[in-house]
Amino acid sequence: MDEAPREFGFNTRSVHAGQRPDPYTGASATPIYQTAGFVFEDTESASAYFNLQEYGNVYSRIMNPTVAAFEERLANLEGGAGAVGFASGLAAQAGLFFALLEPGDRIAVAKALYGGSTAQLNHLARKLQITVDWVDMDDRDGWRRTVTAETKALFAETIANPGGNVLDISLAAAVAHEVGAPLVVDNTFATPYLCRPLEFGADLIIHSATKFIAGNGTTIAGAVVDSGTFDWSNGRFPSIAEPSTAYHGLKFHETFGVYGLLMKLRAETLRDFGAVLAPFNAFLLLLGMESLAVRMDRHVANALAVAEWLCDQQSVGAVRHPALPDSPYRPLVDRYLPAGAGSVFSFDLESGREGGRRFIEALSLWSHLANVGDTKSLVIHPASTTHRQLSDEELAASGVAPGTVRLSVGLEDVDDLVWDLEHGLQAARGSAVTA
Amino acid sequence: MQEIVLNAHTVAIVGLSASELRASNFVGYYLQRHGYRVIPVNPNEEQVLGEQVYPSLRDVPEHIDVVDVFRDPAAVPEIAREAVEVGAAALWLQFGVISPEGARIAQEGGLAVVMDRCLKIEHARLLGRMHWMGFDTGVIAGSR
Repeated sequence: MDEAPREFGFNTRSVHAGQRPDPYTGASATPIYQTAGFVFEDTESASAYFNLQEYGNVYSRIMNPTVAAFEERLANLEGGAGAVGFASGLAAQAGLFFALLEPGDRIAVAKALYGGSTAQLNHLARKLQITVDWVDMDDRDGWRRTVTAETKALFAETIANPGGNVLDISLAAAVAHEVGAPLVVDNTFATPYLCRPLEFGADLIIHSATKFIAGNGTTIAGAVVDSGTFDWSNGRFPSIAEPSTAYHGLKFHETFGVYGLLMKLRAETLRDFGAVLAPFNAFLLLLGMESLAVRMDRHVANALAVAEWLCDQQSVGAVRHPALPDSPYRPLVDRYLPAGAGSVFSFDLESGREGGRRFIEALSLWSHLANVGDTKSLVIHPASTTHRQLSDEELAASGVAPGTVRLSVGLEDVDDLVWDLEHGLQAARGSAVTA
Repeated sequence: MQEIVLNAHTVAIVGLSASELRASNFVGYYLQRHGYRVIPVNPNEEQVLGEQVYPSLRDVPEHIDVVDVFRDPAAVPEIAREAVEVGAAALWLQFGVISPEGARIAQEGGLAVVMDRCLKIEHARLLGRMHWMGFDTGVIAGSR
C-alpha cells in the first residue's frame, strides 16, 4: 500500500521543486542548458514531439529544461498546474491576453495598475480591437457594476503599484465566475510566499519575476501560472476549445485537460511570438527562489519599520503602507496577506515636486532606480522622473501627488536605511513648500 | 496510482479512436512508445495504432492489467462490470470520466481504481518528461 505522498513545506519546495540532481552527472545545481536546439532520437520521435503526442525537447524558443525547472518551481509554489516562462512580466501578460482574447472582446481591469501594464493594455486594445473597462478596485461594488456578460477576463494586482491598494480576490473571483470569465491576478508584489491568489479563487497568475522572485535585480523575466481548473469549454473561449489550425485541428482543452491552456500558451503563443525566457536567466531565478521565504520575511519587517519611522516624521504627509493600522486596506491585508504586505509602498513629501527632487538627490544608500523587489533598497520620485511631463492636475489623475515618493525596501540594516532617509528629509525640508 | 503505472504491461483502452486528434489516440500512441501493450476496445473501429480492435472487453483474448476508459461517464458502470469479469487489475478513468458507481463496482470486484486522471500524464510525471513541460510534477527529492 502506497504511503500517501508527503506535503512538503514552502521552504522545502522553494529549494527543490522543479529539479532533481542530474542523473547523468550527479550535479546538484540545475544545469544551465544554454542550447538553442536538441538532437532527436529518431524521426518518429521528432514527429511525435512536433505533434505534441510526446513530451520532448525541440527548440529553446518553445521549451528548455532549465526554464522548465523554473516554471515548475513557480507553479508548485503558487499551487498551479504549471507555468510558462516569458522574457518579461509584460511579455507574459501580453502573451496571455493574446491567447485568451479575440477582437471585440471586453476585459475588466483595475484602474490601480502598474503604468507599464496600463500602457500595454491600451496598446493591445487598439491593435486587437478589444475594450478595457476600468474598475475602481477599492469600491466593493466596482467589479459587479462594471463586469457584463461580455467580459472575457478580469485583471488586477494583488497589491497595486504604487498606491498599495489590495485586491479583494474572492470577491473579484466570484464576479468573474458568474459570467464565465477567468480572474487573472498579477502577484508580483506579494509573491506566492505572501499570497497565493489561486487559493482564493483566482484562475491565472502573472509574474514579473524580475522583482522579488529573482530578488536581486539582475534579471528581466516573467511567467504565467495556470490553476488548470478553469473550464475553457464553457463556450466563451473558442481559441482554446475549438480546433487549432496550427496543430491540424487539435483541441487543446479536450486533449490536454487541465494542461490545455498551458500547452496552447507554449505551443502556439510562445512559439509564434518568441518572447522567450533565456536558460541562464531561468537559472538566476531558480537561485533567487531558493531563499524566497527568508528574503520576503526580511523585506516585510524592514518595510514596516521604515513606514512606521516615516509616520513619525514631520515633513511627511500620507504614508501608504497597506499593513499600517490605519490603512484602509488593513482588513484585506489581514485576510489575504497575513504574513505581510510586501515591501513596496509610497509616501508624500509635504514639500512637493521640488522637495521630492532634493530628497532623491540627497540619498547615498538608497538607489534611485526604476525597479522594485531587489535586495538593494530603491527609490523613485515620479513627479521629477517618470511623470515629469505631467501637470499637477494630470499627476493627480494618475494617482500620484507632486511629492509622492515610491520606496522598494531591501534587505539592508534598517538603521542604515533610516539614517539615509533622514538626510533626504532634511534636504527636502530645506526647499520652499510648493503646491 | 504509482504502482499501477509502474507495474502494468497490458492496457486495454476502451474508446480508443483512430483519429490522431483525439486524446485517446494521444494516450494510446504515447503508451505504445513507452513499452506498454495497447489493446483497443471500440465497436466502431477495426484497427488502431497497428492493433486489432475488439468490440468489448469480454472479447479480448489476453490478460489485461489496466482498463483505461475514454467514454461517457454513463457507460462506465457496464465497463466496470466487464473489467471485473475479465479479471483486470485496475480501472483507470481518464479526465472527465467521473462515475462513482462505476468506481464502486470495480472496487468491490477487487480492482484498483483511478478516476479523473490521465494515464499518459501520470506516466510522464513519474517516469517521463513532464518536468520538461513546466508542469508541476509534485516530485520533491534531493536524491540522485
